[in-house]
Amino acid sequence: MANGTASRALTLRKDSWWVEPLVTAVVLGAFGIYSTWRALSNQYYYTEPYLSPFYSPLILSDWWPFSPAILILWAPLGFRATCYYYRKAYYRSFFLSPPACAVNPVGKKGSYTGESRFPFILQNVHRFFLYASTFVLLFLWIDSFEAFFFQDGIGIGVGTIILTINAFLLTMYSFSCHSFRHLVGGKLDVFSRCPTRFRLWGSTSAMNEIHMTWAWSSLIFVALTDLYVFLVANGTIIDLRLI
Amino acid sequence: MSVAKLRVFRGDSQNGEEKEYEVPVDEGMVVLDALFYIQANYDGDLAVRWNCKAAKCGSCSTEINGKPRLACKTRMDSFAEGELITVYPIKAFPVIKDLVTDVSWNYEVSKKIPPFTPAENTDWIMYQEDVERGQEFRKCIECFMCQNVCHILRDHNRKDAFAGPRFMIKIAEREMHPLDTLDRREFAREEAGVGFCNITKCCTEVCPEDIHITDNGIIPLKERVVDKYYDPFSWLLRKIKGK
Repeated sequence: MANGTASRALTLRKDSWWVEPLVTAVVLGAFGIYSTWRALSNQYYYTEPYLSPFYSPLILSDWWPFSPAILILWAPLGFRATCYYYRKAYYRSFFLSPPACAVNPVGKKGSYTGESRFPFILQNVHRFFLYASTFVLLFLWIDSFEAFFFQDGIGIGVGTIILTINAFLLTMYSFSCHSFRHLVGGKLDVFSRCPTRFRLWGSTSAMNEIHMTWAWSSLIFVALTDLYVFLVANGTIIDLRLI
Repeated sequence: MSVAKLRVFRGDSQNGEEKEYEVPVDEGMVVLDALFYIQANYDGDLAVRWNCKAAKCGSCSTEINGKPRLACKTRMDSFAEGELITVYPIKAFPVIKDLVTDVSWNYEVSKKIPPFTPAENTDWIMYQEDVERGQEFRKCIECFMCQNVCHILRDHNRKDAFAGPRFMIKIAEREMHPLDTLDRREFAREEAGVGFCNITKCCTEVCPEDIHITDNGIIPLKERVVDKYYDPFSWLLRKIKGK
């Protein structure tokens, strides 16, 4: 027994340490339920000229009888699931490992292996999901470009703005990633020999400092973007044409 | 002058209990001052380790209201009037007496880290951009609060497998050093157990020197381990370059 009563208590913290993991669990859980429902629903994902980001790039083929979103979403979902920021978020919120700093975690003492054994050793493939989701991101920019082209010519609707903001936030999230930061320059020991990569690393590091902000804003906005396309496509709301 | 109520842990690794004290609060007073008051007016045998009283020696690490903090840096006026303040020793290490713990395990770990190893006939000229990453890590005052709050050491007691955040940044500093010649990735993975870290960032949250332990130390180290062990493209590139 260490420290007398300290070792027996869940925690001696008096602040509301449980709020952050609870809010994280609720938001991530809600996103998980919503995105699963939308990915499997296989309808109301396109209304000219807007395509839901959950279905982009749109792959329609006879050999795939299920929702085309399934062919795409593994990449961005894998990217987020292995993201260094989200790892912190869900290890705390869902695995309670630990739920908060200086709060006892769940799990048998002495058996913890973290990310050194299966299945969590698979977190090391994060950079490959970065590559795959960057490929998907290219299509989201194409979609946002195409969102300017209406049947009656070039214009801007509320959907155009939403799709563009969505692509921007996802870009910031992707390129503020810790793996990207490593790949563009962090892996070097001698920056002075590679000034371009040093500058790139510096820019990525600046974005990386608010990686959490990009992670949450892009997650919430991608769901809102899909919701907007869904509501317009099923006729619940009308897309307001601004120009 | 207001009066603060403190509950201080008194005891050792085997037995202990909280003891309550009332301490008059002066302007600018910190928790360490309150402990000095207890020593001077109530219990002269209260054991507390301290040295500089300026947040630079890292000696007075304690757990105040359940959070790892330096007693010399925690102002009494940061607590609400009448708030009960608990002061405990850091939990991850065995208590010697009262607030003093045996942190010698850390020095044993430190000895295992391969020393800085420059090449023979090194040209000692270094540029600022090459050394500033390591300079952040050298701000460490070895208060061991990061070691204390790390759930792998604190709760799972995996001192057999994981060196802890303080030593991850020490390894990272040498691994990133422009003049160091050793490849420390195998050591980081096999001996120091970098894979055990699940990025919950508590070490960063408690660091009194504001070192970005996780983002700038542990994650870059994990990425370097990925380069060597989990990335076939990096492996292929090294083969092509003959490295």
